[in-house]
Amino acid sequence: MSNADTPNVAEGLSIRGITKRYGPITVLRDVDLDVKPGEVVALLGENGAGKSTVSSIIAGLVPPTAGTMTWNGQPYAPTSPADALRRGIGLIHQEMRLLPDLSIAENVFVGRLPTRNGRVDRAGMARRAAENLHSLGLDVSPATLVGALRVAAQQQVEIAKALTLNARFLIFDEPTAALGGEETDNLFAQIERLKRAGMGFIYISHRLDEIARIADRVVVLRDGQKVGSHATAQVPVKTLVEAMVGRSLDRMFPTIEPLNGREILRVEGLTSPDGTFSDVSFSVKAGEVFGIAGIVGAGRTELMRAIAGADPIASGTITVEGRPLAPRSPADSLAAGIVLVPEDRKAQGLVLEHTIGDNIALGNYPRVAPNGFVTPGAVRRFADANIRRFGIKGRAGQPANHLSGGNQQKVVLAKSIARQPRIVILDEPTRGIDVGARAQIYDVIAGLAREGLAVIVVSSDLDEVLGLSHRVMVLSRGTNRGILDHTQANRISVMERATH
Amino acid sequence: MTVQTKHPAGAVPRFKVDLTGGVWGPLIGLIALCVFFAFKAQHFFTLQNAIIIFDQVTVYGILAIGMTLVIITGGIDLSVGSVLAFSAMTTGWLFSIVGMPFVPALFCGIAIGGVAGLASGLLVTYARLPPFIATLATMTITRGLANKYTDGNVVSGWPDALNTLNTYRHFGVITATTAFFLLLVIATWAFLKYRPAGRNLYAIGGNPEVARLAGIPVRFYLVGVYVVAGGLSAIAGMANAARLQTSQPYDGLGYELTAIAAVVIGGASLSGGVGSIGGTLIGVLIIGVLNSGLSQIGAQTYDKDVIIGVMIAAAVAFDTLIRRRR
Repeated sequence: MSNADTPNVAEGLSIRGITKRYGPITVLRDVDLDVKPGEVVALLGENGAGKSTVSSIIAGLVPPTAGTMTWNGQPYAPTSPADALRRGIGLIHQEMRLLPDLSIAENVFVGRLPTRNGRVDRAGMARRAAENLHSLGLDVSPATLVGALRVAAQQQVEIAKALTLNARFLIFDEPTAALGGEETDNLFAQIERLKRAGMGFIYISHRLDEIARIADRVVVLRDGQKVGSHATAQVPVKTLVEAMVGRSLDRMFPTIEPLNGREILRVEGLTSPDGTFSDVSFSVKAGEVFGIAGIVGAGRTELMRAIAGADPIASGTITVEGRPLAPRSPADSLAAGIVLVPEDRKAQGLVLEHTIGDNIALGNYPRVAPNGFVTPGAVRRFADANIRRFGIKGRAGQPANHLSGGNQQKVVLAKSIARQPRIVILDEPTRGIDVGARAQIYDVIAGLAREGLAVIVVSSDLDEVLGLSHRVMVLSRGTNRGILDHTQANRISVMERATH
Repeated sequence: MTVQTKHPAGAVPRFKVDLTGGVWGPLIGLIALCVFFAFKAQHFFTLQNAIIIFDQVTVYGILAIGMTLVIITGGIDLSVGSVLAFSAMTTGWLFSIVGMPFVPALFCGIAIGGVAGLASGLLVTYARLPPFIATLATMTITRGLANKYTDGNVVSGWPDALNTLNTYRHFGVITATTAFFLLLVIATWAFLKYRPAGRNLYAIGGNPEVARLAGIPVRFYLVGVYVVAGGLSAIAGMANAARLQTSQPYDGLGYELTAIAAVVIGGASLSGGVGSIGGTLIGVLIIGVLNSGLSQIGAQTYDKDVIIGVMIAAAVAFDTLIRRRR
């Protein structure tokens, strides 16, 4: 296979003709890739394109079926992740692999706790962990238990852990999926610093704007094959997206339709007991997509969970179609017609071991079986109708954890929308989802608004909030910094308020 | 592996297999055991012996029904054996010492089992104790209380009517207690499989936060499940009294572990969200068949314990391997 890579690279990582088969299925076909020291190579592709398989092979999680790798001129065939790490190659997982009941410092040094005089050197451990956290922009005590941290902070602990590993080559798999703008900037500053020190990177992300900022080169995979290799600066986003999905995308976002609905949701002076948000007021009309922007920790998720009845409210009022709502549990908000599609679909959206059918039917039994007799046939028919409606690639009897992120998200959407709500809250609806599935979810969101529902979209992806919303509310440190009409909202006006 | 979803006859069983979490493994094990003993023991494969096996499994079978519900929600109930004794002793004390008529005393005993379950349920949901700890506490307390009524002495002199429940074979085949056990199996099976509330128990065990966000009153369900387990333990206590014709404070000692073993052999997962009454019935019968068959081929009690222990490990290991393979 011919490509732009220079042959005979002695330094850095070089892989040649890597193929991976699981039984009769070939997930990776004859892939070549070179990463020199001090270089960031972005790996792009839809879910299932083979990105994770490439990183798993390099990190020693799975052996390749065929092909060879060299690392700094030496043959490289890791037998385990620990083996890969000994050679200086580490992988930052997409899913957090942390121990929630241990402190940040212990998590950073787990498996290699520093000792002094035969005892664990807690002070030194805390100091080194704190340094790394601080350089990532996370100012919390290293003695904090990881379980008490929010998703974004946990991810930073994961990154801090890698930075203390003295690795010379790191693979980042969607490192910024849970990060806000500021944390992303911090991470990129770290990557730039490590690059200058000669470290090599493979960077996997669905966020093309990030790739343009951080990557030196871009390699695009599709269906397990390398379909493109570019220098970042020269590649328009559209070209990359088209290479990834293998078809041309006319538009990413559906058009925003004019608004003429009546007000459905009114929130006034809403304040949380622990101060994560305070005195927040806004209203949403029928047919409106209402975006909520802000950096991680601004209180967006907490605000949405409070409206959905999942977390308590200290003061303020919620009014749904003129009727006051003081939810004491999610059941109260659901009864008022509010559904929440939560940010963490694996922990809060799905029972992963259960089937797609059971997941879609959950909470929908009055509609699945109006006679109160939930037969497997009724569940399957209900699920099949929703599988068709939302274009889920899976069967009703398949466990939910067999699905890709995009299809899992569609299952959560199907389950929530099947309740026939009046207000839909989507928290990070496209986190970790590939471009093709994203476009489908955007179409679903626009479709719900067209049907006259009030839709609230919370996202750390600024383009997504801007592209979908009629109006955008910006939260910063738990307070409303302004609501912008989509004609005035742009990256600058939103970010100015978000970082206020 | 391919299943034609358009063909309902092909798709339905596939769906069922996934929901029950693979009851087929234990069923094959049960059949294999029956075949083995049919060749080894002369009197094993007879209707008479089948009836005896059912009679013998009734008490811990009823306990295992309640245990299945608790385990599906991701919990565990260590108190069922003690609650069995506590309820029977309550009824015995009310009847033979206080002098209450038998039927009200019986219902009081069953009610007190429900109250013990309520205590466990409230400790789990509102005091947020792990189920293991909460039911360990209930187990210890109820065992103590069971002894307190009679200073540890035996209660006897149950009315003949009670003994008849376990001795008279209706239609020459089935006793009232065994029939009641089988009715409970069918009712619980239908509840778990077809009722929304039953389906919700699986969701709670699979992921309580997902269930709560779906509007399910999780605490209410959890308390309910422990109350039912307590009530069923009390009913098992009455069946046990009918069988032994006496009650003593140390009745049902260790039965909670037999019940857990039956549920686990039946394919339930201790982490919750997986399990079925069909599986539990098979688990109960596997233990019953082993007990009966091993006695008939002359195995000692100690050998039986060893073999049943090996069986538990083998059943769960087999199940885990199958799951990983998928």
